[in-house]
Amino acid sequence: MSIGHTLLGLLESGPRHGYDLKRAFDEKFGHDRPLHYGQVYSTMSRLLKNGLVEVDGIESGGGPERKRYAITDAGVTDVERWLATPEKPEEYLQSTLYTKVVLALLTHRDAADILDVQRAEHLRSMRILTDRKRRGDLADQLICDHALFHLEADLRWLELTAARLDKLRAEVAR
Amino acid sequence: MTPPPGSLLAAEDLRKAYGPTVALDGAAFSIHPGEVVAVMGPSGSGKSTLLHCLAGIVPPDSGSITYAGRELATMNDAQRSALRRSEFGFVFQFGQLVPELTCVENVALPLRLNGTSRREAERTALGWMERLEVDDLAKKRPGEVSGGQGQRVAVARALVTTPKVLFADEPTGALDSLNGERVMELLTDAARSTSAAVVLVTHEARVAAWSDREIVVRDGKSRDMERAV
Amino acid sequence: MNVRQWWRDLAMGARFAFTGGREGWVRMLLTGVGVGLGVALLLLTTAVPNALAVRHEREEARLDYTYGRTTQPRADDTFVIADTDTTFRQSEVRGRLVEPEGPRAPLPPGVGRYPGVGEMVVSPALKSLLASDGGKLLRKRLPYRIVGTIGEPGLVGSHELAYYAGAQGLAARIDHSQVNRLDHYGDPAPSTERADPVLVLLTLVVFVVLLMPVAVFIAAAARFGGERRDRRLAALRLVGSDSRMTRRTAAGEALAGSLLGLVLGAVFFLAGRQAAGSVEILDISVFPSYLNPSPLLVVLVAVAVPAATVAVTLLALRGVVIEPLGVVRAARPARRRLWWRLLLPVAGLAMLAPMLGQGRDQGNFNQYLVSGGVILLLVGVTALLPWAVETVVARLGSGSVAWQLAVRRLQLSSGTAARMVNGIAVAVAGAIALQMLFSGVDSVYTTQSANDVSRAQMQVSVPSGIPLAAAARKFARTPGVRRAEGLAGGELGDSGKDPRSSGELTVGDCRALREVAALPSCRDGDVFVLEGGQHDTPQLARSGRTLYFDPSYSGDRGAEIAWTVPRSMKRARSVEDPTNVRRSGFLMTPGALPAGAARTLYQYVYLSLDESVPEAKEYARNTAAEISPMADAAAWASTEQSKRFTSIRTGLLVGAACVLALIGASLLVSQLEQLRERRKLLSALVAFGTRRRTLGLSVLWQTAVPIALGLLLATTVGLTLGAVLLRMTSTPVRVDWASVLSMAGAGAAVVLAVTLLSMPPLFRLMRPDGLRTE
Repeated sequence: MSIGHTLLGLLESGPRHGYDLKRAFDEKFGHDRPLHYGQVYSTMSRLLKNGLVEVDGIESGGGPERKRYAITDAGVTDVERWLATPEKPEEYLQSTLYTKVVLALLTHRDAADILDVQRAEHLRSMRILTDRKRRGDLADQLICDHALFHLEADLRWLELTAARLDKLRAEVAR
Repeated sequence: MTPPPGSLLAAEDLRKAYGPTVALDGAAFSIHPGEVVAVMGPSGSGKSTLLHCLAGIVPPDSGSITYAGRELATMNDAQRSALRRSEFGFVFQFGQLVPELTCVENVALPLRLNGTSRREAERTALGWMERLEVDDLAKKRPGEVSGGQGQRVAVARALVTTPKVLFADEPTGALDSLNGERVMELLTDAARSTSAAVVLVTHEARVAAWSDREIVVRDGKSRDMERAV
Repeated sequence: MNVRQWWRDLAMGARFAFTGGREGWVRMLLTGVGVGLGVALLLLTTAVPNALAVRHEREEARLDYTYGRTTQPRADDTFVIADTDTTFRQSEVRGRLVEPEGPRAPLPPGVGRYPGVGEMVVSPALKSLLASDGGKLLRKRLPYRIVGTIGEPGLVGSHELAYYAGAQGLAARIDHSQVNRLDHYGDPAPSTERADPVLVLLTLVVFVVLLMPVAVFIAAAARFGGERRDRRLAALRLVGSDSRMTRRTAAGEALAGSLLGLVLGAVFFLAGRQAAGSVEILDISVFPSYLNPSPLLVVLVAVAVPAATVAVTLLALRGVVIEPLGVVRAARPARRRLWWRLLLPVAGLAMLAPMLGQGRDQGNFNQYLVSGGVILLLVGVTALLPWAVETVVARLGSGSVAWQLAVRRLQLSSGTAARMVNGIAVAVAGAIALQMLFSGVDSVYTTQSANDVSRAQMQVSVPSGIPLAAAARKFARTPGVRRAEGLAGGELGDSGKDPRSSGELTVGDCRALREVAALPSCRDGDVFVLEGGQHDTPQLARSGRTLYFDPSYSGDRGAEIAWTVPRSMKRARSVEDPTNVRRSGFLMTPGALPAGAARTLYQYVYLSLDESVPEAKEYARNTAAEISPMADAAAWASTEQSKRFTSIRTGLLVGAACVLALIGASLLVSQLEQLRERRKLLSALVAFGTRRRTLGLSVLWQTAVPIALGLLLATTVGLTLGAVLLRMTSTPVRVDWASVLSMAGAGAAVVLAVTLLSMPPLFRLMRPDGLRTE
């Protein structure tokens, strides 16, 4: 996720303080991982340098956190371009799990066990997400569903791999 | 292995073969009151057979099944039927509502099988339909309602006797994810509110995620993931 | 639309008909059998008039008319023939003694050469009867050697018992009634006597009643497996066939079934034709060769039946829209209307009404009106039943779960249920009406003259010339005969030629005379004048007056034996004789008869039998035959006829039962089809803990409710039709409750059988396997 673009986008509705920006971000997108202040300010100074934002004013008694930022025309254009550019689908070609399974097979360990344990772990996560979804509002449900679908995809892979373990073992052994 | 203490329904070393096909090969299971346990596994793994054995619909070839301290193997068909009528509830993939009966009559059916009078059975049925938000369908026939509505009617029918154990076999299998979600939510909520144990057979992880715990069946053998981890 | 496309569609349908797996075959077979039975019945129906005509011709061709007071002179082409018909148990035996008088004497039809004296030629049926154990008694009565059989042309039925026996000296026994000299066989004046209108009516009704359920069944058979077929057609639509093509495919399927039916029908007909040779109804049997339907009618049947099944199929498809993704039933069908359904039976009654009270004496019934009326009444049943089922089922209230399941199912598809039951209802309605008609008409046909069967059960006429007293003694010694009283009768005229008045004369010994009058005292030689008879002739009983035995009438010469009324005559009060007649005229003991007068009298013996002796009648008949082959023994009884009716009722019941069984089989097939479609649901219900009893009972109710309604309606219509038909024949209306009950019982038996037979598959389907086909 591009934090720079996200912050820019938040500025489009009007100038804000860095502190406000962090709060708005956390509230809407930062469910699990709140932004660090440092992250906000380093990002803002980069945007400032690139001319995408400008300082709208500094409150008295100010440390660096008392700056008020506003988006520039170039900034608006940049946000627009970002939104219009499709994200490159994640391909997950580098998979730790796959590596683990192959290694287990190479070392004659129980690969099915690895898969089962992993599946239990995935389900545990899914159960937590489902529970949170049950209690949460629509935003919670959407974000949890996104995660659930990804986990489900992993689980499907686990199932498929479990069903193909024998074949895989034969190929690895060659 | 002995059944874990406090379990409502437990099975040990179940074996069942249909002709040359081995469906269960030493499967075990246990569930506590109020617990939702998912039975997972690929198709053909024997999970439906496990459910049928647990529910006393099919007698296993060997192994023991105890429900509330009673051994199912020692019961005859009539006793097991009576048990299913009074203590168990069932939801199937395709609702399996009786097409000639109206929805409320369908929901009232298990009560009537237990000998409740028609009027009282239908009153209770209507209450359950309200809880599952399908009370406006009471006078419609199953052919006239959507799949998701029909499945909710089926859930109401399964819960109308306030069973101790609810068996659900792919209850969302025929539904889209939105309707599936809703049915699972209503089903688990309702079951929790009556502290019914739910045996949930599914191959979908997202459905299994509504459970408290899962058991994986593969090649007729079961694996309790909680104990494994 | 090109022909080849048509042909392809039809052929595809035909292929579907044969490739539906085991179930498809069963359905196909049932359709075929149903259509086949219909075709066979139709063919038989068209053959019956022909058969009756052939029978009549043969009867005419062998006629030997022995009546007439003149005798033609002996020539080389004459023969003397004597009628020696007898009865054996319940069967008539046509018997003839023949004596050719010259080499050119014609042979009777079916006979190759005249049997010699003491020989006989017999019909095949008589031959086998005589050879069997049961025919021993008859064997004694016909002490002739069998030298040949009578060919088919000489017989009117395969079961006819007949013989020609060679005799000698028959000419001396020519009596112008039983024995006469002839020079040809065949009716000298062929009559175009028409069949009894009531019998024609019976025949008509029998065939309509038998054909109707078959027609209904064909209509129902054409809809067998309709839902499955509709789904198949929907699949065809999905791959691009248009609605006309699917309709043609359906027609092809129906056509295949009815063609199979035609083939089966031909087989059934040929089998039935052969079987017709071995049955006998109301003493009428036919030869298979009689049953040849006219070719035109055969063609008509061969075209009409397949056309009808295709029409029914297309009609059934009218209410269905077959879309590529499934079958859409025409929106909830409009509520069935009553008025036009009521119109049918009312119209039927209206057609029959003008013939009420017509009876048998006013010529034939209008065949079209009769058939039309009966058909409309029976069709009315099929029209009323769906309405009745729908209306009643809609009002059926709550009950047990089984009842609720059955009633709800019926409410949803009352039409299907009614269609299945229609055949049963029509069969039962027809059978009840027919049995009423049979029993009513039969009781009229068997109404006996008021013979007093408590005093005598047989009367044997003894040819003149045979000593009566000896004959009576012989009878008295016969096993099973309690008492034998010989009497003779004659006529006394007031002049020898063309008497102006004449009186009755009864001759017998004192004991025998007491059967007809209260005698103050009696010994041989006495003459009595009867008083209190039905036609007293006191003017003749004047002492000294000369009367003449056997007076001559113009043309007919009598013996004209003179007798003077004696001075001392006793008076005797006439009492009812065994035939319940009070005689009048004179009584004479044999000693009072003038010389030669005995020959002018006709003699007979009243027999009182001990019915506890088995075959008493047959022994008496054997004795009669011993005394003279021409002695005619007639049994008085009213019990035999009702026995005959019992056999008709049995036959009808068997026929109706066969139709019911056929319909039951189709009910079963559709029931099983329906159950199979619901196997998952059934398994689910079992999972809930539904008892087998509950589901079994629901299947029972589901069959029983429509059949009960059908039987109720059928009984009403059947009784109405029966009453109307009886009124038409001017017969008192009497309900034959036994047949009503037996038909209702047969219907109930079908329900039970269908339910019982669907139980094993039901229980098999209730096994949880049905749940595990995901």
